[in-house]
Amino acid sequence: MSNSRKRTGLIFFPAFDWAISPTHPEREERLLYTQDQVFEEGLLDLDNITEFKPGLATAEDIDRIHICVPDAHSVITQSHLISAGGAITAAEKVMQKEVDNAFALVRPPGHHAMRIVHGARGFCNINIEAIMVEYIRHTYGHKRIAIVDTDCHHGDGSQDIFWHDPDTLFISIHQDGKTLYPGSGFTDEFGGPNALGYTINVPLPPNTSDEGFLFALDNLILPILDEFKPDLIINSAGQDNHYSDPITNMSFSAQGYALLNDRLSPDIAVLEGGYSIESALPYVNVGIILAMAGIDYSHVTEPDYNPETIRQSQQTSRYIEQKVAAIYDLWKGRASRRADLVKGRDHLHRSRDIFYDTDMISEHQEETVRICDECGGLITIASDASPGSRIFAVIVPGRGCPACRKEGEEIFERTVKGPYQYIYFQDRDRDIFLVK
Amino acid sequence: MIIGIDVGGTHTDAVLLDTLRIKKKAKVVTNPENLIESLTAVTEKIFSGEDPGDIERIVLSTTISTNAIVQGKTDRVGMILAGGPGLPPEMLRIGEDTHVISGYVNHRGIRVTGTDSGEVTRIADIFERENIGHVGVVGKFSTRNPGLETEIGDTINGRFRHISFGHLMSGNLNFPRRIATTYLNASIWDTYSVFVNTVMEYVGRMRITAPVYILKADGGTSMISQSVGYPVGSILSGPAASIMGILSLKDSREDAISLDIGGTTTDIAIFADGVPLLEPLGVTIGGHKTLIRGLLTRSIGVGGDSRVTYEDGQITIGPERDGPAVAFGGPSPTPTDSMIALGLTDIGDRGKAIKAIQEIADRANHPLDEMAQEIFDLTCRTILSAVREMISEINNKPVYTVHEIFEGKRISPTVVYIVGGPAGPMAPYIEKMLGISSCVPEHAEVANAIGAALARTTTEVTLLADTEKGEVTIAEEGIQAPIPRGFTHQDAMDMCEGTLRKRALRMGAQEGDLDMEIIEDQTFNMVRGMGSTAGKNIRIKAQVKPGLIAGFRQEVSDVKQ
Repeated sequence: MSNSRKRTGLIFFPAFDWAISPTHPEREERLLYTQDQVFEEGLLDLDNITEFKPGLATAEDIDRIHICVPDAHSVITQSHLISAGGAITAAEKVMQKEVDNAFALVRPPGHHAMRIVHGARGFCNINIEAIMVEYIRHTYGHKRIAIVDTDCHHGDGSQDIFWHDPDTLFISIHQDGKTLYPGSGFTDEFGGPNALGYTINVPLPPNTSDEGFLFALDNLILPILDEFKPDLIINSAGQDNHYSDPITNMSFSAQGYALLNDRLSPDIAVLEGGYSIESALPYVNVGIILAMAGIDYSHVTEPDYNPETIRQSQQTSRYIEQKVAAIYDLWKGRASRRADLVKGRDHLHRSRDIFYDTDMISEHQEETVRICDECGGLITIASDASPGSRIFAVIVPGRGCPACRKEGEEIFERTVKGPYQYIYFQDRDRDIFLVK
Repeated sequence: MIIGIDVGGTHTDAVLLDTLRIKKKAKVVTNPENLIESLTAVTEKIFSGEDPGDIERIVLSTTISTNAIVQGKTDRVGMILAGGPGLPPEMLRIGEDTHVISGYVNHRGIRVTGTDSGEVTRIADIFERENIGHVGVVGKFSTRNPGLETEIGDTINGRFRHISFGHLMSGNLNFPRRIATTYLNASIWDTYSVFVNTVMEYVGRMRITAPVYILKADGGTSMISQSVGYPVGSILSGPAASIMGILSLKDSREDAISLDIGGTTTDIAIFADGVPLLEPLGVTIGGHKTLIRGLLTRSIGVGGDSRVTYEDGQITIGPERDGPAVAFGGPSPTPTDSMIALGLTDIGDRGKAIKAIQEIADRANHPLDEMAQEIFDLTCRTILSAVREMISEINNKPVYTVHEIFEGKRISPTVVYIVGGPAGPMAPYIEKMLGISSCVPEHAEVANAIGAALARTTTEVTLLADTEKGEVTIAEEGIQAPIPRGFTHQDAMDMCEGTLRKRALRMGAQEGDLDMEIIEDQTFNMVRGMGSTAGKNIRIKAQVKPGLIAGFRQEVSDVKQ
């Protein structure tokens, strides 16, 4: 356990006057007891922990990475600007070296929001980490960034946004999609053709406890991070893996979360899900804050914590060992797999169906990516959403190469509105966002 | 008639107010070894020729508690802590005699782990063996369930001179601060009791029947007899008296800054809509962060007599003070000397002041006037930069609702009140630099005593109603009572306001002075299982805010000697 103090920034925004609905898990009460615990522990009085007020994200920050239909303000409320703004503030404080690391304890969450946004899904409207990541690149120059999503649910939104980005390593460790929303995040979801291997999914069986998570961390995630050498590590820190969470089936503990955070040593942590608001969140968050600040967290345990009753089975342990070995092999062989995948092709296509459970929207996407060795590749997406939205998007990747950019401009130019309500052109490097 | 007395570090001031006009003022030198002597000396001066029956009230602002803590003249305190999970116990220790026991109350105020009375008794045995006479009992979240603390108290009842309980110190959350507050409270309990008894005995001898109040750090008063259990309440009353004094001399409803420019330090306070701001959680004293309700002040090490040095092309002002200005026989040049040299004031020996500034000017190779102006400007700028930082901190304080992020009040001062020796000369410059109007109130030299005399009784209560648990707690009053499931927000509000009223009256407030304000009012839907409302979690905090007693008029006319 680390013993050296770090300067930690805390951006705490519990949005006490906002909810999806009065009885929804994403309601005003969600972070109430967490606030009580953080205040009662006196964490904000500690010399090396500083609290910051969240800034506000702008439509520009959102349009840098999302295609919102018809526009950003139609799909969000003020609370989303604050939540994304809080993540951005956390990033700023770290990038300006005002602190060594920062934790954005904010709501509402974001990791189920995909590149194209027709509404809310999985309690998320906009992807607060993705917005933060692209804000960092926009303001401080292009960075190699690793996002480690430890929320119990597969971070399908973040995966979608960075699918084609070889400079963003997206690792999601979650309860197996065969047993939980959103039903994805399997090992073979490995990244787009120009970024093959830079999306890593680690599905774990139900009832995995501290040992399982930490095994995957030590034997897969940390070695991969070591090889990727990111400039920044971001932890999408969902807390619904907890043994007491009402909507999931894992057995992680406050000690486990603190240990994970300590070993991962993220530069920025951002809250995602976590709905055991009385029995888990207060203790997990105190543990994470202390771990990030380099303070002894060994006394942070839930009052009812009994490691014996939540220990995973031997079978689970063996399963995880095998899984971890297999994924690591996959990672090692990514370059040759890519070579096979793209041989003789100049574009690759995929069709997808996406369901928005919070707003009951069904979307169908036809996506094409240009095969490129210089950059992430130009992306075009035709998106058809019930009840009656049809749009087309042209997306120039970050650090886009001249050839991909040229193709993008030409496609945007020649695509006629016809069947589409809106046609979008997004080129984040040059701050361009056009709608016709 | 009202008497206000402020015991300061150097002088003790008293005023006698007759229907809110200054009838008399008096000043004696403070004897730091014997505050009672200073008090009685100044009282006799102010009181001679007056009829004791005419006195309506007496208010004391004393440094007895502050001095005891700051000078470490405190009693040994045995601490019993029930902290449960969280920070490591080493980080919670205070003093030499801290014991952490089992027992934990959670954020809902539910007792998750009970205490072991055997463990508590053994700790009391240890305390007794060590001749410790004062004990502090503090539990985490005790404000939401005082029961754990009071049970510990019952177990050791009668074995010690005094026990201080965490939940009675404040309704605010913060376990480490609660521990520090309880510890300090117990450590000065004896000293303060002796002081109160001496004062009451003196008052009796003088045949004064009027109630005696003490001034607290939050600019409010409490009857001295009611203050005995909470001696830490009377700390830092000096700066509070000064701020209440400004309020009394210039009644206003605006956002404002007040500067008290002393010899060694300048104290800064901020008013929002005419009311002085309070520390969000509590004041810091003797290096301890506490939950003691106090006015928000910043003290910076720049004052009229601060030492001015010149080294490597840089002028530095303070933080040390070597003595008075050279113009008054002091050893080193000061900002006061620079003001004298510039002709902004004609106090002291101008020749000496000029010589002192000339010496620095020569070393810096600057003309005299320029050097004097630079020193003066730097003094003003340093003070103002601290002011700006303070306002910025206040305006950037984190908030937790969407509404407050977008609509929250921002402090935008329109006037700066300046008191203290250099106030007159500095006012025009400060006005220009801040771009707002300045005001140097009259009678500033006794503003402290006037402020004390006219301060109203203040206090706060914190209510938590949990209808799922079926219980309401009001920490400061030690109330823990059952409530029906249908307990509404209005019920909670009525109970909170009713309790505040009773508490304030008990502390000596007058009926007409119960200007109550709700400072926190939140109701949360408690949902358990899939989408069913299990109850309401209602949090209300109410206070009587700092201000002046009813019937006060702004005009204060001339003094009769």
